[in-house]
Amino acid sequence: MEGLLHQVFAGLANGAIYASLALALVMIYRVTHFVNFAQGELALCSTYSAWALIEAGASYWVAFVVTVALSFAMGVVIERVVIRPASRAPALSVVIVFIGLMVALNSVAGWIFGYSTLSFPSPFPAEPPFGNHYIGSHELGVIAVTLGMLGLLYVFFRFTTLGLVLRAVADNAESSRLVGIRVERMLGLGWGLAAAIGAVAGIMIAPIVFLDPSMMSGVMLYAFAAALLGGIDSPIGAVVGGFIVGVLENLMGAYVIGTELKLTVALVLIVVVLVVKPSGLFGQPVAARV
Amino acid sequence: MMLAPSPSTSQTVSRSVLLACGALLGFVAVGCKHGDSSEKPGDKAAAAAPAEIKIGQTMPYSGPASAYGTIGKVEAAYFQKVNKEGGVNGHSINLVSVDDGYNPAKAIEQVRKLVEQDQVSFIFQSLGTPSNVAIQPYLNTNKVPQLFVATGATRWNDPEHFPWTIGFNPSYELEGSTYGRYIATHQPGAKIAVLYQNDDYGKDLLKGLKAGLGDQAKSVIAEATYEVSDPTVDSQVATLKASGADTFVNVTTPKFAAQAIRKAYDIGWKPKQYLSSVSGSVGSVLTPAGLEKAVGINTVGYFKDPTDKQWDDDPAMKEWRAFMKESLPELSTSDQNNTYGYIAAQTMIQVLKQCGDDLSRANVMKQAASLKGFAPPLLLPGIALDTGPNDFSLFERLLLVRFNGTTFVPVADAAVVSK
Repeated sequence: MEGLLHQVFAGLANGAIYASLALALVMIYRVTHFVNFAQGELALCSTYSAWALIEAGASYWVAFVVTVALSFAMGVVIERVVIRPASRAPALSVVIVFIGLMVALNSVAGWIFGYSTLSFPSPFPAEPPFGNHYIGSHELGVIAVTLGMLGLLYVFFRFTTLGLVLRAVADNAESSRLVGIRVERMLGLGWGLAAAIGAVAGIMIAPIVFLDPSMMSGVMLYAFAAALLGGIDSPIGAVVGGFIVGVLENLMGAYVIGTELKLTVALVLIVVVLVVKPSGLFGQPVAARV
Repeated sequence: MMLAPSPSTSQTVSRSVLLACGALLGFVAVGCKHGDSSEKPGDKAAAAAPAEIKIGQTMPYSGPASAYGTIGKVEAAYFQKVNKEGGVNGHSINLVSVDDGYNPAKAIEQVRKLVEQDQVSFIFQSLGTPSNVAIQPYLNTNKVPQLFVATGATRWNDPEHFPWTIGFNPSYELEGSTYGRYIATHQPGAKIAVLYQNDDYGKDLLKGLKAGLGDQAKSVIAEATYEVSDPTVDSQVATLKASGADTFVNVTTPKFAAQAIRKAYDIGWKPKQYLSSVSGSVGSVLTPAGLEKAVGINTVGYFKDPTDKQWDDDPAMKEWRAFMKESLPELSTSDQNNTYGYIAAQTMIQVLKQCGDDLSRANVMKQAASLKGFAPPLLLPGIALDTGPNDFSLFERLLLVRFNGTTFVPVADAAVVSK
């Protein structure tokens, strides 16, 4: 029983990691209808910036705020410089651009910061809450931050004009332009927001998995599974999907199929969702007029 | 989202794929032709141009293992230093170190080019088990020495089948059996849980552990694996704790080692711990995990850890630091890979010194297999390199060391565990 509880709580902690990055994936998808393969590496670069700021003597929260702002700017710049020139190209070309961006960012991070494992500070207490042995304060904190980001996103898309405009651009760029929305600017904003969410995710993930250039490669795959399971256009889906993937992966690994096939759970999940219910648990089915 | 390419694009694509295939076939054919006749020019180069010793090497300067690329840089810089000081027996050394991106296919292509176009005499310290497995048959068929392979797999010590290949690192099996012997003698009746990386590294070490345990091999009561793509190993550590084991053998790479040490401590599991030397670094594993969580951890060592303060006044460590400062100021002096590269380069120089003026491939191989008690000063006291015609394993013994909260100190009751 104790073992089972350990697995479930470790799964929830991992799930929060997947969910936070899945949120960034969903953000970019809602604005551009593309899955950004470079999302993890963008978050990696943000995390390294935060680490460098802290190393240089900045306090945690200063580093946090500056990094999120910098990441927003980085998202906007990348959209303008790298993505927009390719925006009229076929979808496949854009995917290649994303993959190129992923490899390039990863190499740049390694080149600048090296490949050794770095520890990253946590804003939460070191001791687990209430003296329990199941889940640490930081893990609980990550779950809270992820849920907090989800709440903010929900409010943003549901109740603000800017959120409405972003949704309009994603839904129908041409009509949006005709009613006077500056579509390019909105795309840039979407990229900026996704990068900022990714930065928060990275800063939350790094204390758990430790910071090195390969930090995001594994996480990213599970985040994809989470986002797809929840529905790639649904923030709530991303978070629920993240927790399901995290717990399912642990329980299957520990009790059913063995640790060798843990990763396979995520991959099988991706395939099953795409075949059985491509819109995921919470996503909207796509209907196109022909 | 439009995913299906238009017909015209797909035609262009298939045409260019065909062209590429054609080109590739031609390339392979040319490559084979070269392969058949490669032996002579290389030998001639080695014999006819005694002024320069040309050495080839593949390194992962890019790609997933690029952290190790620093080894190649250190070795090149060390050979430069030797050249400046007059070379080896008057010969200068030219290390041609090329990138293989940790990709075995690329490694084959690069090694063929090194042997056939650049006409190197031999290959030195090519890094990575997959890449070396890939180039091993080619080099052995063409009788080109594959010296001091930079991996810890056990397969490099096989003079009967691969007389032109010799490894460098102590094998993971030797390390595993060191733990096994120690546990069998000092902790009889232990209940052992093993966490290992699901590849040759993990499996070799586990095999050695069981061999070292001998008739107590059944005391391994729980095994869990992880993949390098796993974000954390928390779940595995929880499983191992639940097994009721009192001894934890942690066969992981640095990031996962730090996670496992921290998780075990955080969930209140306090076993006796044995940590693979791959992750036996104070700076890059124990510090991130939390030093107080790592007290009492055992590992084996064979060279001095530059992040370990007990070597700060050691002459060999000072010499190395001075070299790094002068030749490679941009590289880290807390990275063990840089110490490792220095030791490997010194070993290479020793072999070349032993060769005298006979730098034929056969003699280089013969001398590499004739190291007698050679002890580069950065090795731990009591460790020396020994090889023979039927023993291509450099290390005969490893030192068991224990972490005391600040540094690794030799374990008194088993200072040296023999092979």
